Amino acid sequence: MYQWDFGILWSYRWLFLNGLGVTVGFTVVIVVCGLLFGLLGAFGSLSRFRGLRLAALAFIEAFRCTPILVQLIWFYYALPILAGVEMTPITASALALSLYGGSFYSEIIRGGIVSIDKGQSEAGAALGMTPGQSMRRIVLPQAIKRMIPALMNHSIIQFKNTSLVSVLAVPDLVYQSQVAAHDSYRPLETYTAVAVAYAAILIPLTIIVRRGEKRLAVSE
Amino acid sequence: MSETNNTSKIEIRSLRKSFGNNEVLKNINLDVAKGGVVALIGPSGSGKSTLLRCINLLVVPDGGSVRVGDTRFAFGDGAKLPDVKTLARFRATTGMVFQHFNLFPHMTTLQNVMEGPVTVRRMAKADAEKLARAQLAKVGLAEKAGQYPATLSGGQKQRVAIARALAMEPDVMLFDEATSALDPELVGEVLNVMQQLASEGMTMVIVTHEIAFAREVADRLIFMRDGVVVEEGPARQVIDNPQEAATRAFLSHFHRTGALPAANATP
Repeated sequence: MYQWDFGILWSYRWLFLNGLGVTVGFTVVIVVCGLLFGLLGAFGSLSRFRGLRLAALAFIEAFRCTPILVQLIWFYYALPILAGVEMTPITASALALSLYGGSFYSEIIRGGIVSIDKGQSEAGAALGMTPGQSMRRIVLPQAIKRMIPALMNHSIIQFKNTSLVSVLAVPDLVYQSQVAAHDSYRPLETYTAVAVAYAAILIPLTIIVRRGEKRLAVSE
Repeated sequence: MSETNNTSKIEIRSLRKSFGNNEVLKNINLDVAKGGVVALIGPSGSGKSTLLRCINLLVVPDGGSVRVGDTRFAFGDGAKLPDVKTLARFRATTGMVFQHFNLFPHMTTLQNVMEGPVTVRRMAKADAEKLARAQLAKVGLAEKAGQYPATLSGGQKQRVAIARALAMEPDVMLFDEATSALDPELVGEVLNVMQQLASEGMTMVIVTHEIAFAREVADRLIFMRDGVVVEEGPARQVIDNPQEAATRAFLSHFHRTGALPAANATP
């Protein structure tokens, strides 16, 4: 029978905290950048111009339909050879994760925009609004409400996806716990603690999201 | 392009429109005098809604010309399509009321009515609010200013939609089956507002199935079928004494299924 000993993890607490900080900070960066890529992808895919639509579609499908682990490795090892730019593991993984997230955000944002009844933008146009005005004043405010739950949901997935950056030796929570596990010979305790740490952050977040969804549903 | 000492407010010449292979409008001509009220009737698929939407260019015609007031657009061979700014400016002078209201659900009633003046006409908020409250009072909904559309009845929603269109102080009002989505008992309140507008001299084009209302309020009636005007003339004359067999067939169907009695539609 295995003897659990969680006490031993205490001496690695600073390592864990450090890793957790990197994980959270990294998530903030890739969610913000991902949303920007997502916005570009969504408006690109809805553009009147065919070239823009095709470019957006190529971006979305390329990142949506390949595994993020492969993308991470490819951005770090293959891209520098192809493009001739050296990237630190952090830059490479932030870029890959942001683009990967952006491809999903694009579809969420695009879907939110097209889900708004065509009569809404028609009513805007009939009042004399330009397409830009009716997008800003009429369509987006309604669409964003519908997007928020899905955007939050995917951001939660992105938070967990940051665990993959450990393969490029980015010192996130998973990477640091690998160090701790090798050092202490206590991988079971270590990874259990890591799982608890992720859950401890995400469960409150999901509760907030669910509350928010309910409030949005009422106001609609 | 502009001209005109012409008395007609709306002038449509040889208008054509197809959706794919389906020719919806075939060479339509239409004049609406200033202050005139024209009712467009016809079976579904006759092209009457498309014609109405061509008047404010929500649907861009394939050929022919559309003039409202002093602004004229020509379409078809060699004609350049108007850019979005020109279109927007043109549409700001025509009000439209939709079958399904299309109120903005994320705004209160007051904000709905203020939206056009504030965003399109760049009016100061305080002035726009005054204007919007006056329009809401006009349709009898002053006390609903702070409510969201979801809390209103269908008839109230449509009256707000009319107030929203009127807040742009348009020259022309277009009604696209404004009462077709309403419960029967709510139709009257919307028709009342429309009748009041007509009596104030608003130029109106009304796509409707309310034959009794059209007879009462419209001065001209146009019966369309399969993308052509089959018959037109003074509303009472066409309704009471249709000349074409197709018109007779369509109108008799209405009488048989019991259109709203005139007394009910126009109390």
